[in-house]
Amino acid sequence: MNGHDHVFDDRTPGVEERESTASYSSYTIGLGLAIVATIASFIVSQTHLLWPPGIPVGLVVLAFAQIGVHLVFFLHLGSGSDNTNNILALAFGVLVVFLVIGGSIWIMANLKENMMPMNQIMQMQH
Amino acid sequence: MTIAAIDTAPTARSTELARGRGGGGPASKRTVVAYGFWIFILSDIVMFSCLFAAYAVLSRNTAGGPTGRELFNLHNVFIETMCLLLSSYSCGLGALSAERREPARFLLFAAVTFVLGAAFLVIEATEFAGMVAKGAGPGRSAFLSSFFTLVGTHGVHVTGGLIWLVYLVAQVITKGLRPPVLRRLLCWSLFWHALDIVWIGVLTLVYLMGASV
Repeated sequence: MNGHDHVFDDRTPGVEERESTASYSSYTIGLGLAIVATIASFIVSQTHLLWPPGIPVGLVVLAFAQIGVHLVFFLHLGSGSDNTNNILALAFGVLVVFLVIGGSIWIMANLKENMMPMNQIMQMQH
Repeated sequence: MTIAAIDTAPTARSTELARGRGGGGPASKRTVVAYGFWIFILSDIVMFSCLFAAYAVLSRNTAGGPTGRELFNLHNVFIETMCLLLSSYSCGLGALSAERREPARFLLFAAVTFVLGAAFLVIEATEFAGMVAKGAGPGRSAFLSSFFTLVGTHGVHVTGGLIWLVYLVAQVITKGLRPPVLRRLLCWSLFWHALDIVWIGVLTLVYLMGASV
């Protein structure tokens, strides 16, 4: 029965499927990629390597790349069928995060655009 | 062979369908605990997303006070980032040593993780104290209120993670690497990796965008 138990085991985040000598190298590859992404972010923000109005976009892309590296190499979230539950929970979390951050920025930018300038509001109060 | 036995006998196709979808009976306790903790981490990240949203909306409202460009020292921020990244790496190696029942190695990696996490906190606390001394405390402007709330909440999480690590090291020393202790260690390592992921967001949105040329 041990064989069956093993077959049915779902994966958990943070644990690699085959704990072997390959695991040390997985963390090390992840660390290397993360350091490259971090240094690239600092370079992009501090130089004119990118077209200046595109710098925030470049930084966001690098941040997503690094988050992906962390998820795959540190949390061992892959695309395998035994990871479905973990990935679905993550996908829902990402959806909520995007709704909250994107929605807040969108709505507040709209409000700011349509608001009367502050000095006019002050005049009306007198 | 009875019909019931035929029904429950796993075929190659049913086992493949069962994997990762909760089929094939209850998963091991370790899987259930770690999955529950994964849900907690995602809800924690949703909470952080509210603080990120508040910061993104308020970051330009400096009320005539200092801006991020004048306050942030990217040299320190780079050191903070590397401390947290390397501590995440050593946390992963420590969790791996614990899985392989190598307590001495685990304790070494746990000590490295603790020192790097504490170094991060010292740099952050120094930065906060310097800002408050310059009159740029959380009460100065909406930008600084949201800055201290977001970065401070992350710092509080790191502090909690370090206290939790001390507690786990004490358990490993007194109880050994038994399955309940290993489950707690797995949850802690998930927590620590998640804090590093949140820090990537803080670094990008607060520091790099705030101080970009």
